[in-house]
Amino acid sequence: MAAPSGPSKPLRTIEGVGRAVTEAVRAFGFGAHLFFQSLYWVFFGRRVHQTVRAEPIFAQMMVVGVQATPIVSMLMVAIGITLSIQGIDSLEQFGAQHQVVFLVALSVTREFGPLITGILVAGRSGSALAARISTMTISQEVDALKVMGINPVRYLVVPSLIGMMIVVPALTLWAIGIALIGAGLFVTPQLGTTLGAYAAEVNASIGVDDLVHGLTKSLIFAVLITIVAVVDGNSVKGGAEGVGRVTTSAVVHGISAIVLTDMIFVFAATR
Amino acid sequence: MIEPQSPEPVIRVQDLVTHYGDRQILKGVSLTIREGEIMVIMGGSGSGKSTLLRHMMALEKATSGSIRLLGHELRELNQTELYSLCRKMGVSFQSGALFSSMTVGENIILPLREHTDLDQTTMEIMARLKLEVVDLAGFEDLMPSELSGGMIKRAALARAIIMDPALLLCDEPSAGLDPVVSSALDELILRLRDAMGMTIVVVTHELESAFKIADRITVLDRGEILAIGTVDEVRNSDNERIQNLLNRRFEEEELDPDAYLARLMGEA
Repeated sequence: MAAPSGPSKPLRTIEGVGRAVTEAVRAFGFGAHLFFQSLYWVFFGRRVHQTVRAEPIFAQMMVVGVQATPIVSMLMVAIGITLSIQGIDSLEQFGAQHQVVFLVALSVTREFGPLITGILVAGRSGSALAARISTMTISQEVDALKVMGINPVRYLVVPSLIGMMIVVPALTLWAIGIALIGAGLFVTPQLGTTLGAYAAEVNASIGVDDLVHGLTKSLIFAVLITIVAVVDGNSVKGGAEGVGRVTTSAVVHGISAIVLTDMIFVFAATR
Repeated sequence: MIEPQSPEPVIRVQDLVTHYGDRQILKGVSLTIREGEIMVIMGGSGSGKSTLLRHMMALEKATSGSIRLLGHELRELNQTELYSLCRKMGVSFQSGALFSSMTVGENIILPLREHTDLDQTTMEIMARLKLEVVDLAGFEDLMPSELSGGMIKRAALARAIIMDPALLLCDEPSAGLDPVVSSALDELILRLRDAMGMTIVVVTHELESAFKIADRITVLDRGEILAIGTVDEVRNSDNERIQNLLNRRFEEEELDPDAYLARLMGEA
């Protein structure tokens, strides 16, 4: 019998790594292409009879934003209280527990608000978008759009992208407010102050630049969640199982992208 | 048989060569489809007939060769020109490809909503008209998941003809349906041609349906055209592979022992 043909194992491993890298680069390129193509349709779509309509954008905002408000509120109250407990506990060692408001206000506004909202939206809506795009690809609905003369990016991606870019920062702003209220309700009896004094201290702790920092990040997260979901959804192969796979990877990739971008953004913004 | 009514055929495919990965699917296919005729593209599984249709829909990029559609060379069109060409073309996919998140009525209206400035009432009336044509009147408020296989295909046809296209492309319109429903769909396609003067391309592997509706038949086998002719010409062809296809005879592949061994070893 002849020996099995083909390259040896180490060679195949290297080939596998190479393939994964080119695949990742391709996905990045496709993502960037999608983003700029989306912007093109927003600004020039009407000129070439590919108008971006408002109704699906509002529908997206409803699902991604308004319907996520209860769960975001619940989580952010918990985050606010958790940060307060941790803050008081650790600052007590230095006798500085009154600094807790400064700590909580800053970390919620700059970090936890955008991050928790982003992760939640990636899990709720990024996965849903990936599932929708992949199902439509498999059932030839995307092809059907193309042969009807409807650009799939304009029709499917742009409403999601614009909807997310509006609603995720809005949701983040809400999340920050709720977390601060939650923290206030816990902190004031602990420190023996009033809610009014707490509010004044929050106001003194955070500036406009902190809010801008948080909301800019949430805007970037919105773009990342949408583009990652569309790239993953579009890469679907093989039936219902494939849909499940790309839905999972959209969440994993989405959250990874959020966390990594967060780090890079913070690094760049604090220098 | 219908004589050509205009000098420019509706579709002219020339020396079309296509690949899927490294595998060659179409090996130099040429055919013309004339105005007002029903051309059936026939062939077994893997013959490349669906690929050929996808190229006519401009969904794939060919390796070489050219496709002229309604007087336009597909390769030379930019995206905007391609989209406006698509408006003159209706497609019904094998699976129907109805948008599962919309009702049947919304599905049918979608091209009108995207491409015209008609008001809602007018669009709804037009959708009901097309539903009447495909015998689905009263089903506009159902979701696609609530329809049977035959109804989905008819709804897909209604959506394909909502813009009154000059050209209708159908992928396996009667596949997977029982004989009665399948025959009704054939009647429907004939009616569409006669009533609306459309040029229709149908891809199918159902012989009976092909013979019933075709003006001309293209027989495709392993990426090559075996014959193009009228129903009678194809039926009376003395080509062995065509006769095998028509008589549903399984073709024994001639095997080279060495090649067979190499294939089993995974070396081919």
